[in-house]
Amino acid sequence: MTTVPEVAVIGVGLHPFGRYPGKSALEMGEDAAIDALADAGVDWTEIQTLFAGSMDVKNPEAVSALLGMTGIPGRAVFTGCATGGTSLAMAAQSIRLGEADLAMAVGLDKHKRGAFADHPSVSGLPEWYGSAGLFLTTHFFGMKINRYMHEHGITEATLAKVAAKAFRNGEATEHAWRRKPLSEEEILASPYLNYPLRQFMYCGPDEGGAAVVLCRADKAREYTDTPIYLRASTLASRREGAIEVLTPSLPVRDTASPTTHASREAYEQAGLGPADVDVAQLQDTDAGSEVIHMAENGFCADGEQEKWIAEGATEIGGRLPVNTDGGLLANGEPVGASGLRQIYELVNQLRGRAGARQVEGARVGYAQLYGAPGTAAVTILST
Amino acid sequence: MTTQVPVAEDLFTWPAEEPALIAGRAADGTLVFPYRPRRLNGTAREELARVELPRRGTLWTFTSQRFRPPAPPYAGDDTAETFEPFTVGYVELDGVGLRVEARLTEPDPEKLRIGQPMELTVVPLGRDPEGNQTMIYAFAPVEV
Repeated sequence: MTTVPEVAVIGVGLHPFGRYPGKSALEMGEDAAIDALADAGVDWTEIQTLFAGSMDVKNPEAVSALLGMTGIPGRAVFTGCATGGTSLAMAAQSIRLGEADLAMAVGLDKHKRGAFADHPSVSGLPEWYGSAGLFLTTHFFGMKINRYMHEHGITEATLAKVAAKAFRNGEATEHAWRRKPLSEEEILASPYLNYPLRQFMYCGPDEGGAAVVLCRADKAREYTDTPIYLRASTLASRREGAIEVLTPSLPVRDTASPTTHASREAYEQAGLGPADVDVAQLQDTDAGSEVIHMAENGFCADGEQEKWIAEGATEIGGRLPVNTDGGLLANGEPVGASGLRQIYELVNQLRGRAGARQVEGARVGYAQLYGAPGTAAVTILST
Repeated sequence: MTTQVPVAEDLFTWPAEEPALIAGRAADGTLVFPYRPRRLNGTAREELARVELPRRGTLWTFTSQRFRPPAPPYAGDDTAETFEPFTVGYVELDGVGLRVEARLTEPDPEKLRIGQPMELTVVPLGRDPEGNQTMIYAFAPVEV
């Protein structure tokens, strides 16, 4: 490690993702926060600043009404599917700036079933784009992996293997939403939702909460024997020419995705490289995204995924276990909380308490998020 | 006969025997689709020329839509019961360095292939409040 960490994670908490009729998003955030506080061994009254992420709740920082109205600054955070990375980064930043010694990041959401619906104008797009049936982020996922498979020789069988791994890991994760393993044959027999992506290769929107307690690195051992240090947190937005969600046209020009930029900057911040990472959480909105993100985060070259996945390299026990808790495919995506679920899993892995899905000797964990409107976040943690 | 109207102004030339998409062109040749009258180029606000795009290109990538998109914003002339799955893709237009996202006329993704020649057409979409039939651009495979 070449950098001295300034911020540590001392506690993580989760309200399992799934469907909870009658329970509000704020209540799920409350449960996750209480879980994280217990893990950190601190009281809510000691938390000095709060960053709360949600897509469907306008003021998620109102979770303080349930936890206790202590008067601390509470701020809502939203950067699409990258929200968890941002709430964590902002909580860490407030510690670096000396605003707080103890901070909390929380995410909570409660989505309806089915595709997200909105007016195109919220994304700066004309009305006809929605009228024509083009205003769907899922088209991007199908189109990007279709082109990627064509250029880099990735097969449909590899997509099925990625999905099968997710559900297998979900089976080993007590808190996962989808815990029934599916065979590659069953996955390949499900219908195309967005060619070449099939029904069982997609995550679904759902409900849940996740929370993280952070503190000054030099004080972390006052709270825990197993602090996990924040080595890097980055956010990048789209650049002209990259294929992104909801893009009516793009120039013919090779441009790296925001994930690639966020990843490179994160490795630089951490003074680490892809070979140092022991366990990774990659945005798997669909099985194709996980394949693409393996390369965009520097773990392998474009096309090498075919061999890696055939060899089981991303399985627990492989050279780079990916989405050890089943990722988005097995947990669904409450958008505001999803990124902090990644952190929850990584912290448990780095603390050696992941049970049946433990990656032996894991010391460095890597988390990546990607979503609308072309925004990527990367977080690197270490023991 | 029902009157057919473009789903939006300044999107494609219509009525026309051979409709073409409309784009903005900056002084440096950069094409902006859909058309906007101006853009920010560095620090300067630049007026864009209104130009027609080439009607032909090749299929760069594509996918399919199995379910009726959430409506609104979707305004197709169908219901959840009558909805027919469709395909969308990016077509790399000939000679201008631009890929355009569009509906494709071939509904079966397994009959499409990356690199095949495509040509612009205009197809019915839905109804406007006056009862006119709205029309949207699409790309059709070119028979070779």
